[in-house]
Amino acid sequence: MLPIEQFPVLVVAISLLSALTILLAGWLNKKSCFYISLATITFQFILSIFILRHVLTVGTIHYWLGGWRPPWGIEYVVDALNAYVLIIILFLSLLAAIYSKRSVEHEIDEKKLVTFYTLFQLLVTGIAGVVVTGDLFNMYVLLEVCSLAAYALIAAAGGRALKASYNYLVMGAIGVCFYLLGIGFLYSVTGTLNMGDMRLLLPALYGNKAVQVAFVFILIGLSIKCAIFPLHTWQPDAYTYAPSVITVIISTAMAKASIYALIRVIFSVFTVDFITLFAPIADIISWVAAIAMIFGSILAIAQFNLKRMLAYSSIANIGYIMLGVGLSTSTTLGLTPALMHILNHALMKGCLFMAACGFIYKADLRDIRDLVGLARRMPYTCFAFLLAALSMIGFPPSVGFVTKLYLIFAALDAGKYIFIAVIFFSTLLMIVYFWHVIEIMYIRVEEKGEKEIKVADAPMSMVIPGLVLAVLCFIVGIIWLIGTPMPLMDAINSGLGLGVAVP
Amino acid sequence: MIEWIAQHIVAKYNFWIAIVIMLTGLYATVAKGNLLKKLIGLTIFQTAIFLFYVSLSDVGTLSGLGLHYGTAPIVWEEGIHRGYMYVNPLPHVLMLTGIVVSAATTAVGLALVVRLYEEYGTLEEERIMEKEMEIDKRGT
Repeated sequence: MLPIEQFPVLVVAISLLSALTILLAGWLNKKSCFYISLATITFQFILSIFILRHVLTVGTIHYWLGGWRPPWGIEYVVDALNAYVLIIILFLSLLAAIYSKRSVEHEIDEKKLVTFYTLFQLLVTGIAGVVVTGDLFNMYVLLEVCSLAAYALIAAAGGRALKASYNYLVMGAIGVCFYLLGIGFLYSVTGTLNMGDMRLLLPALYGNKAVQVAFVFILIGLSIKCAIFPLHTWQPDAYTYAPSVITVIISTAMAKASIYALIRVIFSVFTVDFITLFAPIADIISWVAAIAMIFGSILAIAQFNLKRMLAYSSIANIGYIMLGVGLSTSTTLGLTPALMHILNHALMKGCLFMAACGFIYKADLRDIRDLVGLARRMPYTCFAFLLAALSMIGFPPSVGFVTKLYLIFAALDAGKYIFIAVIFFSTLLMIVYFWHVIEIMYIRVEEKGEKEIKVADAPMSMVIPGLVLAVLCFIVGIIWLIGTPMPLMDAINSGLGLGVAVP
Repeated sequence: MIEWIAQHIVAKYNFWIAIVIMLTGLYATVAKGNLLKKLIGLTIFQTAIFLFYVSLSDVGTLSGLGLHYGTAPIVWEEGIHRGYMYVNPLPHVLMLTGIVVSAATTAVGLALVVRLYEEYGTLEEERIMEKEMEIDKRGT
């Protein structure tokens, strides 16, 4: 009999201990760092599978740290939403860890290897912690743990990455401070920091100005961390200049953890009742998301640097998730499209960044215009890129197609037809920039000479994670269409009180 | 009028000071061109939040007069019946964590500033941007 009630805290504690172990083991043997990190993340991933199974069959897991009863002690709560996000971020972290071996040896100075892996493990600790915690202040601390690790890791690339990391630090610190200020307001009126407890105490205080101000502070603070459209300015530089593996992990796992935090606070602490009480909130979120979807795509078209193009594409995709969040209060689908896109975007963007960093690893190709005829030199990496790009465009039955389909259903259901037009327009723009890259890679031929083309792909440890994600883009798409995970989505929606009645 | 001032400004002066310090810090973070000064602004901003939290914990304020009756929870003064008017200790503890986080952020920020200075030889944001543009031009 497994003590599954203990697993939520193990996911965080083992990772934290492992970070320290890496630091110590690194003195003896630098090679061991990678293997310890990989073993830990694999173990965390296995734990998260057990957690999901337990949550689905038995119910929500509550763990009281130190045995102190909530609301006095800190509580780790894992319900269907946490378990779902936890499994996604740990899967992506696992693939990123496999990917890290060769790319880190290539990009990072050998002297820094030990601290690099220590910080990498701390980043995973922070991300996993944000997802399992049930305490608002604890979430603040864990957000800072993963952010601080991320600042240092981005800067590890040196050169342009330093300024990118500095900008991220300033923006990120302001964002988290706003979140802290919001918690302060909530604490001053309710006297509790536990999410479940606050959910019970808040409804009587919805008219209180401090509560309303707290909502705005928390919304803006976390929007900075998620890089939602007007607050995204730190994001393109940070994604472009970070070391390969860090780009992969912050664009997938960390971005998803921040969005999870936002969804958790909006729907679990404030609940749907609060949002529907102030009618414009959901509309504002939807409209900002719609602008992000178009703005991100237009800027992506203008880029020549492949990683920067993908970074702007991420802004558009965060828009898709937030559109799902904005529409969720007025449709019977609830949060389903947003939750789908959390998984789908992680798969697609992880694959695309892995491929883009593969090009840099092998041939130092950063500019899209230099990728001419690359498909014949690096066939596997390019194939992974192709599949993920098709998926991003919305080629059926890929994950991108499923998201768009469900978002359209949601917009139809909510009667907000304008967003259907926005989705179509944004898809058209996506076709423009992804087709541009695919055309250069696959169709255009190198002008100079008929020199024999050598097939020289990136190392296997970098190609296979990308290919796994690329194939998953289509397999998961089919699984969504069959509807196997729908009971999980229903469990999440009913847990948050969504998707039942249309007001 | 005087009553209004007494109730809203004098009695809550620590919150007003927190707001002023917070905005000073935020202004410095946004408006200053020097990276080190931006970081100083950030620290001021964070400190203001600590002040706000610590002010929250003072539950024994007599409104309108600006007098504070709260004591430490373990101190019990004989003869004065105000045992329930102790200062809430939780925000103080939270802010101890907050100070640690703030110190860590500042440390990472300062390390970055040192590396930036080594790389570009200046801390003025505009100069750094110019040099970055030069690097980009040479690259293509």
